[in-house]
Amino acid sequence: MSLRLEPREHAPLGLRLLVSLLAGAIALLFVAIPVMAAGANPCEAYVLMAQGAFGSMFALSETLNRATPLILTGLAATVAFRARLWNIGAEGQLYMGALAAVLVGSGFLQLPGPIMIPAIMLAGFLAGGLMMVVPTMLKQRFGADEVVITLLLNFVVILFIQMLIEGPLKDPLSMGWPQSVPLLAEAKFDKLVPRLRTHWGLIIGLVSALLLWLMVKKTVLGFEIKAVGENKPAARFAGIPVDATMLKVALISGGLAGLAGVGEVAGVKGYLSADLSPGFGYSGIVVAMLAGLSPIGSVLAAIFIAAVFVGADSMSRATGISNYLADLVVALSLLCVLVGSFFLRFRLAPANPKVEA
Amino acid sequence: MDVLFDIFGSANFWAAAIRIATPLIFGVLGALICERAGVLNLGIEGIFVAGAMAGWLAVYLGAGLWGGVLVAALTGAAFGLLHAFLTVVLGLSQHVSGIGITLLATSASYFTYRTALPDVSSPPRIVPFQSLDLAGLSDLPFFGPVLFSQTALTWLALLLVALVAFVLYRTPLGLSIRAVGDNPASVEAQGLSVIGLRIGAVVVGSALMALGGAFLTMSAFDAFFFGMVNGRGWICIALVVFASWQPGKALLGALLFGAFDAFQIRLQAEIGQVVPGQVFLMLPYLLSILALVLVARKADYPRALLQPWTKGQRH
Repeated sequence: MSLRLEPREHAPLGLRLLVSLLAGAIALLFVAIPVMAAGANPCEAYVLMAQGAFGSMFALSETLNRATPLILTGLAATVAFRARLWNIGAEGQLYMGALAAVLVGSGFLQLPGPIMIPAIMLAGFLAGGLMMVVPTMLKQRFGADEVVITLLLNFVVILFIQMLIEGPLKDPLSMGWPQSVPLLAEAKFDKLVPRLRTHWGLIIGLVSALLLWLMVKKTVLGFEIKAVGENKPAARFAGIPVDATMLKVALISGGLAGLAGVGEVAGVKGYLSADLSPGFGYSGIVVAMLAGLSPIGSVLAAIFIAAVFVGADSMSRATGISNYLADLVVALSLLCVLVGSFFLRFRLAPANPKVEA
Repeated sequence: MDVLFDIFGSANFWAAAIRIATPLIFGVLGALICERAGVLNLGIEGIFVAGAMAGWLAVYLGAGLWGGVLVAALTGAAFGLLHAFLTVVLGLSQHVSGIGITLLATSASYFTYRTALPDVSSPPRIVPFQSLDLAGLSDLPFFGPVLFSQTALTWLALLLVALVAFVLYRTPLGLSIRAVGDNPASVEAQGLSVIGLRIGAVVVGSALMALGGAFLTMSAFDAFFFGMVNGRGWICIALVVFASWQPGKALLGALLFGAFDAFQIRLQAEIGQVVPGQVFLMLPYLLSILALVLVARKADYPRALLQPWTKGQRH
């Protein structure tokens, strides 16, 4: 009996989970090749990575700390990709969010303590959101492709940030290091556990995932996003305000990435610098795809990616293998889950099914 | 005004413009071939990095300069083959695959560089391509220094513009490639393989992209740095739209861009005390965005761009 590919209507949850798990696992297996090329034993490297990511309370805290911005940039990509809005600019949006947090939270504005944290979050959300709303409007008004524009804006934003932290926002007490003035104490996120770096940003990420899930499943906007993402002309024909929906998606998507930047400034660094994000925006795309664009799944995928980074750093210190190994795993995960999506769209079926009467 | 006159009148300026344009010429041509065949290749940024690293490393390890160029092209072709397999054979998302290729090619290059050279603190150098002085023509006034201070790779880029234009518009192969990105059904009706033509175009286009990277490490500079590609690939994707997918206009677009970039560098030297340096560094990206916005409405995208093809598909 020969087999042929047959399109499927709907992929069951179990299969989708299996595809994501296998994609991560296969990506990890693939990097055994570069590990061996670097002259190390892959099994030992995996054990060191696992210990580095989960082996102690400290390791676990570092992994969750790293996962915090990834949850938010993952959700940013999730909501945008669901509407087929290609937001590849989360990196820039993250930095704009961080910048807004510093502008509002470092004493330029006199705000009473209790509203400080909501204020920097709102400012960060709006700043990040605006960075995505503008390219979306350029797409709607001029037909300009948002992929290239958001990609190019990442470079513009990082230069803009460098200009500010070497200029008007420069911390006079930083001994010449290019970093911004620090946040006020009342604008900083508390740690979740004393002496560990995990902070309230993690809770913000988890709540955002839950809210996004509710929005996708239960609200009119969620339905509109699904309709726009599946078939734009049909959605327009059905009377769905396509342009307005896309702008809302852009605001939410950029805003979530902006919140990631707020968390890094308010929860981790305390100030803005040009090395705030080691590519959290780009990794967010991988998180979203690995999660199959599921908001809840994004949390799990973010923890996986974070564990790879934290584990690889630790393994790198022990063995001398370059920690760019983590970036390799992340890239391979994306390609593996993409191949996996093929099996969600098609199934194997007998080549010549009997014609039923 | 004297400043502007000094800048535009100097041979150095035009020589720099062509030098800056060269990697973009390779990149835009590569992206153009892929897109003409209906495949967006966002792997370009990573393929630039991979070409820059692989070509340089080959020469550093003892290969000749042209050997390095070949290694770079083959590296690019390999990533192109992967992109073609995912997007053309399996019909998966060209956006996601392209981003994945960029992440993979970049991290693989960085990992290889770190693994091959674990103990270096400053980037090791090679002897790069030297300027190609044809029969002493560099002594010509003005045109001498502009044209004959360029290296063989720049001449290769210019030659490729003519070659790609010739193949696309004057050969049956070119006609098929253009048709495969516009109306694949017509190609299949002729008994040609849509899948095969698209794979070929993506592989060749990706090899050209890698040459753009190789130019950076083997001609413009003599070493490999992290982050040296710095968005040049993305700029090429914008330039292709600006060039309406035509090789001649692609050359023009790259040269205009090169001239603008050379101009901002010189302007920086003149008024850099008043305006922060980052403003100048932003200009190339902003210019690309502006170019994209201005031409987007009129842009005549290949009609089958982004659309996968299944053999025997109707319509």
